[in-house]
Amino acid sequence: MKMDNQFSVYKQICKLSYLLFFLLLLSCSSEKNEQEDEGYTPVFVSLESPQLFRDKIIAPVIPENNPLTKEGIALGKKLFFDKILSKNNTVSCATCHNPKKAFTDNLQFSKGINDNLGTRNSMPLFNLAWNFDERFAWDGKEFGLEEQAFEPVTNHLEMNSNWKEVANKLQNHTEYPTLFKQAFGDTPIDSNLVVKAIAQFERTLISGNSKFDKFLRGEIELSPEEENGFAVFIDEARGDCFHCHGSEKNPLWTDNKFHNNGLDTNFSDIGLGAVTGDPNDNGKFRTPSLRNLEFTAPYMHDGRFSTLEEVIDHYSEGLQFSTTIDPLMKKIDKGGTQLTNKDKKDLKAFLLSLSDYDFINNSSFNP
Amino acid sequence: MKKIIFYFLVSSFFILGCSSDNDVKLQNTKITINFNHSWEDEKVTKDDFNDVKFTNKNGEKVSIEKYRYLLSNIRLVDANNIETKLSDYLLINVGEEKNLSFSTEQLILEGTYSLQFNFGFSGEDNEKDYNDLNSVNFNVPSDSPLNGGYHYMQFDGKYTSSSTTTPAPFNYHAVKAEDIKNPAQPTPREPRDTSFGVTFSDILVNEGGEVIINVNSNIAEWFENPHTWDLNKLNTVLMPDYDAQILMNENGQSVFSLQTDM
Repeated sequence: MKMDNQFSVYKQICKLSYLLFFLLLLSCSSEKNEQEDEGYTPVFVSLESPQLFRDKIIAPVIPENNPLTKEGIALGKKLFFDKILSKNNTVSCATCHNPKKAFTDNLQFSKGINDNLGTRNSMPLFNLAWNFDERFAWDGKEFGLEEQAFEPVTNHLEMNSNWKEVANKLQNHTEYPTLFKQAFGDTPIDSNLVVKAIAQFERTLISGNSKFDKFLRGEIELSPEEENGFAVFIDEARGDCFHCHGSEKNPLWTDNKFHNNGLDTNFSDIGLGAVTGDPNDNGKFRTPSLRNLEFTAPYMHDGRFSTLEEVIDHYSEGLQFSTTIDPLMKKIDKGGTQLTNKDKKDLKAFLLSLSDYDFINNSSFNP
Repeated sequence: MKKIIFYFLVSSFFILGCSSDNDVKLQNTKITINFNHSWEDEKVTKDDFNDVKFTNKNGEKVSIEKYRYLLSNIRLVDANNIETKLSDYLLINVGEEKNLSFSTEQLILEGTYSLQFNFGFSGEDNEKDYNDLNSVNFNVPSDSPLNGGYHYMQFDGKYTSSSTTTPAPFNYHAVKAEDIKNPAQPTPREPRDTSFGVTFSDILVNEGGEVIINVNSNIAEWFENPHTWDLNKLNTVLMPDYDAQILMNENGQSVFSLQTDM
């Protein structure tokens, strides 16, 4: 009798399990169909690397947990240009990162909400997926592009918002819930998804078609001034710019490392030193790319130089000694390598050959 | 089934028959090379950087701020000159602690080998493109009179001396020697491959499947043997200095050693 009861219970459990399993199958199947029917499966896309990038340097960094999708990039672009991320809806990422200016502004210090001035010059944005160390911002304080995108939203001088408010605004928006669903599925909108989308869009900002790129591809010739300017650039005795900014085999025109380039004897902003806590890093800032300088004035982390002439003069005769100055800065006692006026002029001509008009006029980067 | 058992037994006998205590065994061996650094007998790590605390043979006080160098064609060579390639090249960066240790698994015979590698790229290897090295700006501009290729070493720092009391920079960059044509040198000398080979013998590969090799780089040697380096005279702009490159080549020969007292 007891055995019979046990067997009966066992049979009931089996039936129930089968039923549950069947229901589970149905529910999975229905969810999948719904996603497919309503077009919620994001389309994976790969980054279109310029030929010189493919030929000369290693592959871009795309995090495994944030692959590029058509929907993610479109959402990131919309967010990038939308003032909804700021507390009072007056500032977007594009306020300080204007596509026409190679995604920077032309101010010494950028303006946040209520016209609050920041403390650093806004960095241009391009070729970010090729920052192999993934240290972003002038002082490298942000590791990873997604991580970087967190910061401005809550920075009180920039967007002064908080992520809960932002998520609420996006959730109650007429378009965003659908766009997030298309890009990321049914995950609730939160800061992680916002920064993932923005990072996806930022990775598509690729500049690789300047006059110098065309020269390297054998399509055009340089002017004699540009040629001599490049010779100054790669001459250890004159410009010696290539040790940090690279040369014809590195289309990034930066090493994305941190250097003290002799701006000051005493620092009002210690840069990397504040991030690492190491006094040996005081006064060090990330090397910016030399692409698109024509559109990105003023220069340096604090925007102290208005023109390229001032920048070149600094390296030529304006170097200031400090204990952390990079050893690549030569003849510091004389202020630098004392370039001739012709070399200075030609160096500027070469630098301007790195201007990529196709990049700043790329309509797919417009709002 | 009986047939299968028969074949299995016969094969086992053959396999067992091939193996004897006197035979040299081919075995999967993990080979690890640790690249250590010192200033004479004092160990150097990135924590010792940025401090003008070392003294070279000429009496200058020296700091290290960047020390990265390239070793290529890293291989084990047996008594019959048969080579087992361990790595095509490694860029060792002390400041960033990259490639300070390298491991690989190789199917090799037990026995005694020599470890051999080149400092820098030699010959044609220096004319190829290496995207990982381009990405970290280790190349030498090809449009320049230096004619391209890659650095062998970038050793940057500062020094002080009786005549230079404020720390001044030096860029001890080793590249192939190119004589630059200029009014003082109207007939340049032939370019010279200043990379050099390093050989350490008596590397034992025993049964057990793991070999650890410790290679030390005595940084002070760059300044002392056989040429006493005067940083007051040779400090920056050394890449286009043909004679300085020859001196680096000659001083570099005694930099590397096999470390046995780990």
